[in-house]
Amino acid sequence: MKRILVGIKRVVDYNVRIRIKPDGSGVLTDGVKMSVNPFDEIALEEALRIKERGAAEEVVVVTVGPADCQPQLRTCLAMGADRALHVQTDTALEPLATAGVLRSLIEREQPFLVLLGKQAIDDDNGQTGQMLAALWDRPQATFASKIELTEEKARVTREVDAGLETLEIDLPAVVTVDLRLNEPRYVKLPDIMKAKKKPLETLTLESLGVTPRTQLKTLRHEPPAQRSKGVRVNDAAELLAALKQKGLL
Amino acid sequence: MSQNILIVAEHDGRTLSVATAKCVACAATVPDAALTVVVCAADTATLSQQAAALAGVGTVLTVEHPVHAHPLAAAIAPQIAALAGPYTHVFGPSSTFGKDLMPRIAALLKTVQVSDIMAIESATRFRRPIYAGNAIITVEVLDGAQVVGTVRTASFQPAAAGGSARIEAASPLIEPPSHTRFVSVSAARSDRPDLQTAARVVSGGRALGSAENFQLLYGLADTLGAAVGASRAAVDAGYAPNELQVGQTGKIIAPELYIAIGISGAIQHLTGIKDARTIVAINKDPDAPIFEIADFGLVGDLFEIVPQLQKLLG
Repeated sequence: MKRILVGIKRVVDYNVRIRIKPDGSGVLTDGVKMSVNPFDEIALEEALRIKERGAAEEVVVVTVGPADCQPQLRTCLAMGADRALHVQTDTALEPLATAGVLRSLIEREQPFLVLLGKQAIDDDNGQTGQMLAALWDRPQATFASKIELTEEKARVTREVDAGLETLEIDLPAVVTVDLRLNEPRYVKLPDIMKAKKKPLETLTLESLGVTPRTQLKTLRHEPPAQRSKGVRVNDAAELLAALKQKGLL
Repeated sequence: MSQNILIVAEHDGRTLSVATAKCVACAATVPDAALTVVVCAADTATLSQQAAALAGVGTVLTVEHPVHAHPLAAAIAPQIAALAGPYTHVFGPSSTFGKDLMPRIAALLKTVQVSDIMAIESATRFRRPIYAGNAIITVEVLDGAQVVGTVRTASFQPAAAGGSARIEAASPLIEPPSHTRFVSVSAARSDRPDLQTAARVVSGGRALGSAENFQLLYGLADTLGAAVGASRAAVDAGYAPNELQVGQTGKIIAPELYIAIGISGAIQHLTGIKDARTIVAINKDPDAPIFEIADFGLVGDLFEIVPQLQKLLG
């Protein structure tokens, strides 16, 4: 079976303005709207489009996290994923451990392509895809804005600082996706009903033989330094005079 | 304990990037650290001399192979991992080059990565932004683990020139894999200053309304000797190419002067500019969020103001 594995993460919705706990121990998440990480949603959309044009037969979505992650997996099933895997753990895994989990699932699922978002919008690490490619000893193409597949290869256009770079990689491979790859579809109500019947399998770290290591400890959270509000100027001439006075022109 | 830091150089084949000099400056703030820069390139002669001239660098290691004519993480990572043994830290810039490469190195070393280091508190303690810069965390690397890090370059000034490091060929050399091949890169070369490093940036948003109107900014930028940037909305609308995007998912910059024209100031854009020394906002909406962080705000029609500015400057 030609299979695509898509990794997703449950994160605070991108529209929520986050607040730091008064004691600096973390970010307030009680009662906050949670969503599929937007970059991961783009990864799933791409997988679905690849399947819809006949270049894949099955799309499997996976997440690693606590029991609360199941609504996000159901959302992915409603978008069109065929089945979901939930590696359930209450430990917040570091990217290397998450990559280790995905690596062991690759053994099980044998995908020809693994798609992930380029980063999660909560911790902004941007590590998991590249780490997975290293552990798997397979090619990686990060920040993809275009993916063209042939039987054994992929041609991926990447958004890099210099502009757009194109790589050719042998499959199987890991591709992490950027914003402009596609626009994810909206989920329709009948699909949400159908998604309830799709298979969602729960796994444990032990069953995958993964013992996560903790190598990093977060000591405190702080709000960023604020810029103070400046002054209003009335016209172009006044603006230039102000900039000159500050020695900027 | 003294620290031994390996810095992976970023370059375009001819010139070392400013980001590399900023990584060196960041690494130099680790107490009691010896700094080594490793240059992987098809031809390392000029590049290694540029690296050796950076103040604070003790050693430059060179890795020459035709595959390194273009930076491929799959080719560079195993080479760096093979050299990393003696080092306590391996740093690279938080550019697309470093973001692509460094996690691959960390995984090969089976160790932790600290992304977007904005300040170093000790050899094991770092500050970094999360949630698009809406929170700053302090993290501690545990149990003496080797530290792989990407350096948030907007947080550091480049290391000065004046160094005279020893240059040596690295060993062992690793044969790169053949599964990843460079095809092309869009050559968006221009005579304008580079957006990432320019002292002045003129940036446009959705209010420009079209790719033709966006050209208006180039005139002003040229008069000021500034680089041109764009908001995500302007890039998504096709007014400007993606490499001009400034913000959380584009470039994070810290110019002396940032002029935001027709940019409302979404959080993700503000994240990319909040280290700018002076921010100017020109927008016809007096309630636009950009005015909350601008040092100088001018409410009005950009299509009148920009030509006026150019006339007054010219």
